[in-house]
Amino acid sequence: MAYEGWIAACEEEDIEEEDVIRFDYEDRTFAIYRSAKNEYFATDGYCTHEKFHLADGLVMGNYIECPKHNGRFDYTTGEAKRAPVCQALKTYPLKQESGHIWIRIN
Amino acid sequence: MSDHGMIIIGAGETGARAAAELRSLGWAGRITLIGEEAHAPYERPPLSKQMLQEEDQPSPASILLAEHTAEQRIELRKAYKAVAIDTRNHRITLNDGSSLTYERLLLATGAQPRKLASPQPGSDSPLAWTGVFYLRTYGDAVSLRERLQPRKRIAVIGGGFIGLEVAASARARGCEVTVIEAGPRILMRGVPEAIAGIVAARHQSAGVQFKLGSAIAGMSSSKEEYLIRFGNGDSLACDTIVAGIGAIPETALASESGLAVENGILVDERLATSDPDIFAAGDCCSFPHPLYGGRRIRLESWRNAQDQGTHAAGSMLGAAAAYAAVPWFWSDQYDLTLQVAGLPDAGTTTVHRSLGAKGDLFFHLTAENRLAAASGIGGPGIAKDIRLAEMIIASQAVLDAEVLTQPELKLKALLRS
Repeated sequence: MAYEGWIAACEEEDIEEEDVIRFDYEDRTFAIYRSAKNEYFATDGYCTHEKFHLADGLVMGNYIECPKHNGRFDYTTGEAKRAPVCQALKTYPLKQESGHIWIRIN
Repeated sequence: MSDHGMIIIGAGETGARAAAELRSLGWAGRITLIGEEAHAPYERPPLSKQMLQEEDQPSPASILLAEHTAEQRIELRKAYKAVAIDTRNHRITLNDGSSLTYERLLLATGAQPRKLASPQPGSDSPLAWTGVFYLRTYGDAVSLRERLQPRKRIAVIGGGFIGLEVAASARARGCEVTVIEAGPRILMRGVPEAIAGIVAARHQSAGVQFKLGSAIAGMSSSKEEYLIRFGNGDSLACDTIVAGIGAIPETALASESGLAVENGILVDERLATSDPDIFAAGDCCSFPHPLYGGRRIRLESWRNAQDQGTHAAGSMLGAAAAYAAVPWFWSDQYDLTLQVAGLPDAGTTTVHRSLGAKGDLFFHLTAENRLAAASGIGGPGIAKDIRLAEMIIASQAVLDAEVLTQPELKLKALLRS
């Protein structure tokens, strides 16, 4: 089924525990996370410091680390946690239903 | 308390990080950051990449935003040079004759590009040498980028990271590029031969010419052209020469002040120099690394500059912790990214793991089967595994080399076991 304003992003199973994948929609790109507690989160795809995709980075607890400069964000809130990043990451609401993950990007 | 504050000499990555960290650790007194360049602290990694490639000249990428610097009361003295340290009276003198006193002092003086040896017999004039470009500062990059015009012939001396990144950028600008290396292959320092081979092949497919094992016998200039002559009688004509043949730690101020110097300003595991109130961090210092048996090393990398700057701030405020971060660096050339964690030369055997289309990983193991280093080449997908390898290096766990070769075995699982 579809929800008004929500876009089908992926399946729950597409993301390993404590990991992240990339999701592209039209000309935008996002990172979708699965925490060690099996909760799901979404943020903008690119790091706010330089244009490197966070889906290539490592998830540790609630943190995502940029693959290039090791800046860190709390992906559950978007908060910048470690230099060189100083600007927060935009987060997006997700919805789970029967194994599907939906994202609201507007 | 007097106006004695924390003084940092050198406003690069290390100095900027130290200043910000001192404030965030709660130091309420003065923080003075002294830099020789006219710019606020900026990031150097883009100088060999975006800075040379982009059509319009980019501005320096600031490390500390101006409003943060003001808000954190970091006094930035741009275009000043510290000329003397009076260690007994805790006082430094600047080039304008003024002086400042310090509670603690951090030397974050960095390194300077190694210059080509003075003209050898057979070179017709010193003119030939004034045309050589080096790359360290924003100003250097501005001058060099003007020379990277389409179809211009660029000779890059040195097949290390700076030289190769410049070569890739010059190709992107449409230049004809030749890389000259005295050694038998590129990336002799710190990168396994297999990775060097992949990098060389990528450059060749982009049209870069290599002259390996080529010692330079002399150089000369005629009007607008330079001629490089080699020991075997060959020669190469070019429009611009760029040399990336290593860097020399900036230690003059330290040694004139009586501080111990040994391949850089000598510091202990806390980054304290031979004077307990003076610290040194970044490219300029040599330090004992606890993960490598206390072996004394000096690193020239962005991450180390950042981490040591941060660590030194803690030490200046009395923290006792040893600096033990795993060495790490990266290089980007074309669509290739290369990352190395640890010290490959501390390993005795190397095993390979293929990541398929994502790239290749090499694990460098010690005789005791501990991970000394991991290096990876390919797309951005290698980063996760190199980061995990970094944590495995820090754990000093004894590993099964065979297991490392199997891509289906997740490094994350290894870390948890």
